[in-house]
Amino acid sequence: MDVSRTQRIFEQHPDKGVIMTSLDTVFNWARARSFWPMTFGLACCAIEMMSAGGSRYDTARFGYELFRASPRQADVMIVAGTITKKMQPLIERLYDQMPEPKWVVAMGSCAISGGPFTDSYSVVLGADTFLPVDVYIPGCPPRPEALIYGMLMLKEKVENPKKFAKLVQVKRNA
Amino acid sequence: MPENREQIVTELNAKLGNCVSLSEDTTNEYILVEPNKLVEVATELRENPSFKFDMVINLASIDYPENYTLVYHLLSTTFVRQIALKVQLPKDRPEVPSIAEVFKSTNVQEREAYDLMGINFVGHPNMKRILLPDDFIGHPLRKDFKMEAGA
Repeated sequence: MDVSRTQRIFEQHPDKGVIMTSLDTVFNWARARSFWPMTFGLACCAIEMMSAGGSRYDTARFGYELFRASPRQADVMIVAGTITKKMQPLIERLYDQMPEPKWVVAMGSCAISGGPFTDSYSVVLGADTFLPVDVYIPGCPPRPEALIYGMLMLKEKVENPKKFAKLVQVKRNA
Repeated sequence: MPENREQIVTELNAKLGNCVSLSEDTTNEYILVEPNKLVEVATELRENPSFKFDMVINLASIDYPENYTLVYHLLSTTFVRQIALKVQLPKDRPEVPSIAEVFKSTNVQEREAYDLMGINFVGHPNMKRILLPDDFIGHPLRKDFKMEAGA
């Protein structure tokens, strides 16, 4: 296969060299502006998530209005609420059912680290014990503006993937 | 409808043999029932047309130092009256016959008492844990539960 012509083009126009990157940029630009969250309100943070989707603290103006109930059609899973041990295998199954590319936002202190129920016999100490979390939104519950700020932070992360490297070191128990 | 607990106690004792008695403490008034006669007492309270207690609205389990106690609250929707039954179980063998066949609402309430306090309900049709994962070890609401199986 003769690659000399392509090589000459890359040498003459060094800024055009990485054509695949610019396609990635276009895709990332489109993905960041239309996250479709999956409805995953488990506890009180769900109320704040619903309120953020309402008309006062609108998420629709950013493009995130379609909350999909099915994981097959969703991009981002906003884990809003306390994760109990009984719920954990179901969350794993739903996360596995989401198609790539997918992101996880841990909303509220229960999803970050167990929150006020850290000493409980039935609470999992945070979503990042079994899921790769991209954005953490602290609060109990975080205000809708804080959730919107977290989604904008996720948007920044998706648009600049090299700047925010994604850690995929998660121990998944079978 | 009998006006007070003494009449209920007298009538139940007359019909079923000596198995219930009055009981009270500083806050509440109960009827103390022998554990092995619980099913008959519950059936009688439901069937008797002058009592007509047709709902169990609460089943609480308490871990005292000397015994386990179960408290059943029954409601009569025809007469709008409530009554509380108390059953005391020994600490080493907390077993009581299940009244899930008599009152349908106790099906899930007895599963909760089993799950969290470890009371054994003999004859329950579906004795499984209801709030905790099925492979959880221990009964968390007992006073001597020490988070061995927890995080």
